[in-house]
Amino acid sequence: MYEGVVQDLIDELGRLPGVGPKSAQRIAFHILQADPVDVRRLAHALQQVKEKVRFCAVCGNVAEAELCRVCQDPRRDPALICVVEEPKDVVAIERTREFRGRYHVLGGAISPIEGVGPDDLRIRELLGRLADGTVTELILATDPNLEGEATATYLARLCKPMGLKVTRLASGLPVGGDLEYADEVTLGRAFEGRRLLDV
Amino acid sequence: MHVAHLSLADFRSYARAEVSLDPGVTAFVGPNGQGKTNLVEAVGYLATLGSHRVAADAPLVRLGAERAVVRGSVVQDGRSTLIELEINPGRANRARINRSSNVRPRDVLGLLRTVLFAPEDLALVKGDPGERRRFLDELLTARTPRLAGVRQDYERVLKQRNALLRTAAMARRAGGGRADLSTLDVWDGHLARAGAELTAFRLQLVAALQPLVEKAYEQLAPGGGPTALEYRSSVEGPVPASREEAYEALGAALAASRRQEVERGVTLVGPHRDDLLLKLGPLPAKGYASHGESWSYALALRLASYELLRADGGEPVLVLDDVFAELDSRRRDRLAELVAPGEQVLVTAAVGEDVPRALAGARFAVADGDVRRVTGG
Repeated sequence: MYEGVVQDLIDELGRLPGVGPKSAQRIAFHILQADPVDVRRLAHALQQVKEKVRFCAVCGNVAEAELCRVCQDPRRDPALICVVEEPKDVVAIERTREFRGRYHVLGGAISPIEGVGPDDLRIRELLGRLADGTVTELILATDPNLEGEATATYLARLCKPMGLKVTRLASGLPVGGDLEYADEVTLGRAFEGRRLLDV
Repeated sequence: MHVAHLSLADFRSYARAEVSLDPGVTAFVGPNGQGKTNLVEAVGYLATLGSHRVAADAPLVRLGAERAVVRGSVVQDGRSTLIELEINPGRANRARINRSSNVRPRDVLGLLRTVLFAPEDLALVKGDPGERRRFLDELLTARTPRLAGVRQDYERVLKQRNALLRTAAMARRAGGGRADLSTLDVWDGHLARAGAELTAFRLQLVAALQPLVEKAYEQLAPGGGPTALEYRSSVEGPVPASREEAYEALGAALAASRRQEVERGVTLVGPHRDDLLLKLGPLPAKGYASHGESWSYALALRLASYELLRADGGEPVLVLDDVFAELDSRRRDRLAELVAPGEQVLVTAAVGEDVPRALAGARFAVADGDVRRVTGG
């Protein structure tokens, strides 16, 4: 145990995801020895993020205004909505620069073990966005694990009767990898999802 | 196949152990509590990534050590493969194959195959259905490692679905309020898909085992049979002929039992409620067979597993852990004769006299964590 304030800092850092007691201690001492200007900048950033960042009123992505950058952008196609679990998934898809539609962030996936049901996710807001008929395609991009698949199936069943196209991201082989290193499940999925080659 | 060398570090009672083995019979003899079973348990761990004695990995690591390492070099058709497993309780285990660390632990499955006979085997006949389900599933995984993933998927969906049913049941009891069951259909679909695959593979396996068990029982106890295996599904109706039929049947059964499931808050149909009925003559062995007959049945199941794995290619290593002390002299001699021709047979016994004469071979003395070759090889 350290003297009051130092221990407080270690305790606070240790509460962060992925930071164990040893790492917390290392970060705390790094901060102690760092330039005061750097530390002030970090503290400022921490404060700002809580004060300024909100969640987009439309899609639930992180935003600095009422709407996030994607929802504000008039060039984005309002007929396409890509449904993801978390804001970090939006960033991942944006990096591809392939998708020109808009997003909807659910805030998690259905998981009864963790007590997360459809009402705990932003599903009602999604249905609200689909109501006026602007959206023609819903792309389900939840994680390819059991909970993500269950959430996708649930949404597909809910939205199909509304007469729009519902698609799911393909699962398969990583690009640039070797076939021999793929696990059986992924390879099996890739077989199921094989497609005709247009030549 | 056979294990040519076994090396342990901080595994169970062993700080270090190096044991060179030959094909044929090897017996580890020593008083109880000296570490005989730990040796064959390590061999089993290389084959199955699990222990036949405990469900968790923590007890496998020597007290005070952070991790255990099990190394084994396995020889099949003249080629030698070095398997190394690092057991880290609470964290991910690590594996290396032929010094290459670019592998996941489950890639190790299938490189070494073992069939283990242990005193606990009597529970296959006398114990709960869970024992027989585990017997089937472990054999399935040994034959088709991919099914470990299907089993995991099924367990996970089952947990999610049970959690949903439990909260629904609690909400009902608390005040008759209707619980949110809108996602139950989704879980039903996923449960039926994984469950149907598991059921279809189990049915196939039971059909393949049936004649082999019959033959093994006849060899162990001539004229004592006939035996018959019957897969008892929690889903009523005809035995499904394909995975699609099993999917339809399980889906329908889930729909039919939904009201009851919501009331009780638990999943009532599916492969986790199935059983394997072992019949001896017209009667079930459980509850009707004598102690000796039950032993013969348990041994017949293991011998049949051995035959089945052998027919797939790659003769498994036979491990007989403290099993001869449990048997009368007639069964002991029959079993010894049946396993003696195996490519490699590892036997543990508290006293040398427990090892039948038919199983003469190399012998190690095990005392206080020390393994020393006494004769043979």
